[in-house]
Amino acid sequence: MAAVESLPPGTPSAMRNAFGTVLSALILVLIGVLAFSIRLFSVIKYESVIHEFDPYFNYRVTQFLSKNGIYEFWNWFDDRTWYPLGRVIGGTVYPGLTLTAGTIWWVLNSINIPLSVETVCVFTAPVFSAFASWATYLLTKEVKGSGAGLAAAALLAMVPSYISRSVAGSYDNEAVAIFALIFTFYLYIKTLNTGSLFYATLNAIAYFYMVCSWGGYTFIINLIPMHVLLCIVTGRYSPRLYIAYAPLVVLGTLLAALVPVVGFNAVLTSEHFASFLVFIIIHVVALVYYIKGILTPKMFKVAVTLVVSIGLVVCLIVVAVLVALVASSPTGGWSGRSLSLLDPTYASKYIPIIASVSEHQPPTWPSYFMDINVLAFLVPAGIIACFSPLSDASSFVVLYIVMSVYFSGVMVRLMLVLAPAACIMSGIALSQAFDVFTGSIKYQLSSKSKDNAEDNTSTKNAPKDDASSGKTDKGEEVSKERSSKKGKKKEREPAEKLSVKSKIVKKKALVLPLEASIVALLLLIMLGAFYVIHCVWAAAEAYSAPSIVLTSQSHDGLHVFDDFRESYAWLSHNTDVDDKVASWWDYGYQTTAMANRTVIVDNNTWNNTHIATVGTAMSSPEKAAWEIFNSLDVKYVLVVFGGVIGYPSDDINKFLWMVRIGGGEFPHIKEADYLRDGQYRIDSEATPTMLNCLMYKLCYYRFVETDGKGYDRVRRTEIGKKYFKLTHFEEVFTSHHWMVRIYKLKPQKNRIRGRVKKLKQKTSSGVSSKSVKKNPWM
Amino acid sequence: MMNLSRSVALISLFLLPLLSFSFSVDNPTDRRVLVLLDDLSLKSSHSIFFSTLKSRGFDLDFKLADDSKLALQRYGQYLYDGLIVFAPSTERFGGSLDSKSIADFVDSGRDLILSADTSASDLIRGIALECGVDFDEDSSAMVIDHSSFSVSDGDHTLIAADDLVKSDAILGKTKIEAPVLFRGVAHSLNPTNNLVLKVLSASPSAYSANPSSKLSSPPQLTGSAISLVSVMQARNNARVVISGSLQLFSDRLFRSGVQKAGSPNKYEKSGNEQFATELSKWVFHERGHLKAGSLVHHRVGETDEPAIYRIKDDLEFSVEILEWSGKSWEPYVADDVQVQFYMMSPYVLKTLSTDKKGMFHTSFKVPDVYGVFQFKVEYGKLGYTTLSLSKQIPVRPYRHNEYERFIPTAYPYYGACFTTMAGFFVFSFVYLYHK
Repeated sequence: MAAVESLPPGTPSAMRNAFGTVLSALILVLIGVLAFSIRLFSVIKYESVIHEFDPYFNYRVTQFLSKNGIYEFWNWFDDRTWYPLGRVIGGTVYPGLTLTAGTIWWVLNSINIPLSVETVCVFTAPVFSAFASWATYLLTKEVKGSGAGLAAAALLAMVPSYISRSVAGSYDNEAVAIFALIFTFYLYIKTLNTGSLFYATLNAIAYFYMVCSWGGYTFIINLIPMHVLLCIVTGRYSPRLYIAYAPLVVLGTLLAALVPVVGFNAVLTSEHFASFLVFIIIHVVALVYYIKGILTPKMFKVAVTLVVSIGLVVCLIVVAVLVALVASSPTGGWSGRSLSLLDPTYASKYIPIIASVSEHQPPTWPSYFMDINVLAFLVPAGIIACFSPLSDASSFVVLYIVMSVYFSGVMVRLMLVLAPAACIMSGIALSQAFDVFTGSIKYQLSSKSKDNAEDNTSTKNAPKDDASSGKTDKGEEVSKERSSKKGKKKEREPAEKLSVKSKIVKKKALVLPLEASIVALLLLIMLGAFYVIHCVWAAAEAYSAPSIVLTSQSHDGLHVFDDFRESYAWLSHNTDVDDKVASWWDYGYQTTAMANRTVIVDNNTWNNTHIATVGTAMSSPEKAAWEIFNSLDVKYVLVVFGGVIGYPSDDINKFLWMVRIGGGEFPHIKEADYLRDGQYRIDSEATPTMLNCLMYKLCYYRFVETDGKGYDRVRRTEIGKKYFKLTHFEEVFTSHHWMVRIYKLKPQKNRIRGRVKKLKQKTSSGVSSKSVKKNPWM
Repeated sequence: MMNLSRSVALISLFLLPLLSFSFSVDNPTDRRVLVLLDDLSLKSSHSIFFSTLKSRGFDLDFKLADDSKLALQRYGQYLYDGLIVFAPSTERFGGSLDSKSIADFVDSGRDLILSADTSASDLIRGIALECGVDFDEDSSAMVIDHSSFSVSDGDHTLIAADDLVKSDAILGKTKIEAPVLFRGVAHSLNPTNNLVLKVLSASPSAYSANPSSKLSSPPQLTGSAISLVSVMQARNNARVVISGSLQLFSDRLFRSGVQKAGSPNKYEKSGNEQFATELSKWVFHERGHLKAGSLVHHRVGETDEPAIYRIKDDLEFSVEILEWSGKSWEPYVADDVQVQFYMMSPYVLKTLSTDKKGMFHTSFKVPDVYGVFQFKVEYGKLGYTTLSLSKQIPVRPYRHNEYERFIPTAYPYYGACFTTMAGFFVFSFVYLYHK
């Protein structure tokens, strides 16, 4: 009571603060629940399975980790992929996701919650998207206060772009990496705002986690230096900036080099050069500021001219050396994926294997609307809000959104990096708009009541006004608070009072008419409602398909296509453990994880030549393909064919990429041979090379028996060559809907026949022309 | 008889995994051979050849080629282990037999002696064709040689051939001195076919034509491209002998003396008997049949086979190879067996040394390349069965703690690190407390 009495004006505001904190904590918990539960549609609609391709590899690695421990995982040499080269898994994989899920599994098991590894893997992504929305709250709170933070967190919890990568079962690096990305940014801003070395260290550790998780860490290590440079250029250099940046570079680089897959790349590749350059610059700037502090202005001027002239020379030399070093490496020290970011046409020109992945293509305009929806309209408003006033933190998020918009325009996949930025911006915009609208409504209402109660004393009016504006400006209030959070209460009270007073003055300029505010508020709420509806639809319908099980809704009910699992099960039950299965690389991870068979190439596309070999085999005629496959000890060839049920992403549609990739290494495969007048077709107009290549034959073998005409429902045409026999391959399995077809390589003939030509003359037309060709394998 | 054959079938069933074909190791004497004749008089005219086979323990079952009860298998089981077709003029076999079933018989790992003759039927040519042998398409043609004929012969169609393949495995260790007498049809082989082999070739002056008519156009088959007797060893090691002359096996030519035209040497007895006997030994796997035990490998100083090697490991490799002598498995002695350590191409190729007791071994260092390797023994010596063994073994890189802990050349860097650390400590101390 004494305390309350001693601080009479602070009591209601302290109560309000406490209430606000509890409320925002509650809201955050609900946002977490929302983020988690909106991603469960896939489990409810389908089942608790791992999705797509890469997650199967991650799942297999996690199984290995949980069975054999971390050292075995680190040193794991996998002899079941990339046969016969093998793959050093421990040194080529970003271990963050696996270690995270492995740890969760281990902790749960050690407290006697016996969940299977698969369950943990399935639910890792939803759990981490809850974490990501909390991290968004923290980051936005640092920028524009907790109101904006809550709005941004709520938006992020259900942004479709992020949902597409983090539904239950989508066990991929991005699932944890987005959390790590946002959290690293949060800690950077936190350090920038506080200047605390403690947060700087935490920041380096968060960066380390990000490096462990995803190759997208290069985005951080380029974005933060750019922001530092921006601050320096705009004259915002401060010791806080130095503390936020220098430890991050030193500790972060050291830690990053500990991750086996990064290793010396952390200091050798061009992706990291920007950070070192800025590291040097910030030291020079710090030195300049220090010298400026101890010298008189006149002396300083002399020193500047002296240093600048010498410094320029030194700089030129250093730059020349650097350029020479970088230019001496063929790609300029950049990795292919990074180069295709800087020059969007690079991949399609030089690296078909990167261009062949659909998620590396540039996005279309509808995909922006699909993935971030109304946020696209709110982002500009958020940017404007960030400029009033511009702080270190808000300039960072502005830079973040600008960069991520560019990158998302280059690659569909990087839409994922854009999504948090868009959420933060929209959160800021929404919260600012709400501030303005509710504030003016309150002001208008209170001024009306003031008019009505004109006879009341002015002393009563004052606190009322005070209170109302204090409530509405909670967001801004908190943002002011954070700078002095650690300060003592006594210091805060007068400052708060002062700010409130000054805001009343400011508020009056921003006051809008009552009706306009109400309408605008309603419109904003409608916009939000539209966003929520779209997100729930996207989560439920668009992004929840596991792609390993397909469904289709037709007039006679729901059809389930479980062909993939059917055929992987066939492989694991009917083939020998050491048999090698060749397929296009898309299905490599699934084959090793689900069928436990050795594959030639898989989704980790580290060896272009090996993939090109398989591409060449698929684009060669049967005999040449048999020779290639036999030299790789392949026993079975698996193709995915959608012509019967109309599944568009099958091997025939991917086939041109096989030709391109194969032709890139083996020039006798020419893309033009497979195209008729530049058109890719499989009907009777198709080129003979196309009709005789292995992929065509394996896909369409006996296809005409399905409907009598050979009508391909994906290409919407009748196929060109309907009746043919296979000489070097035999069909051993075709799944229920013909989606997966498995062929076995025939063994070499036991005998080699003599020349048939002579006999043919005698037996007249008895022998067909096919057996005339001299073929040692016949 | 039934009982016997059942027990044979049982035994061979047990041995099947060991030898994956019908050649029964324990009971070579019980091997049943079907002899198809187009005329039962051949039984007496070729009695020496048949009796040598019988004396070696073969159970010969003579049947006429058009016997309507002919069958090679019953209830999916083959009734015979070998087949001799001395029926050059048969146009159609009786029973269920045709050229495809004979090809299947060979593909099941069983052996065949096929003899054509002048005016051989399409059926016989078809069987030969299945085995990669092309008989001269002119059915009236014979091999004619005006320089290396037998002097006893008038129209130069009885060839005294002495161009034999140089292989102890096929023709035995004792050299066949006397020329082999041959009268019959020529055949040729596809040079790209590495499964067939000329055992008896014609001399460069031979050609294939009809001796009774005048030669109007140049003969198609000439010189040493003509093969008189060929053998084929299929990929499953089934063996086939194809002869262009049925008379080669006859008692008359076995007995007759020979003098090659233009040669002073006159032999009392032709080489036919020795040639036919040795060839029948080869074709029925009494010689040149190898078997290998499993490939054994382990690190130097260990005895157990590891699941994975590390790069630069030293390893020892051995394999046991035995040869069938006709009675028992004897150690195979050779100095040309090689092992490959193979991953898309051989990284190590080593000749194995033998201890003369059938064990071949070597030791080498695993190359500095990781991946899934194979130990491969590909042994295809002329006349011997092909050995093709492979065993997969992965090779991993160093573990994280198997590298050198301290590299001598890096000591300056270690020094720099520690002096910097010490210097920083001293500096902080001085900076903080020096006033």
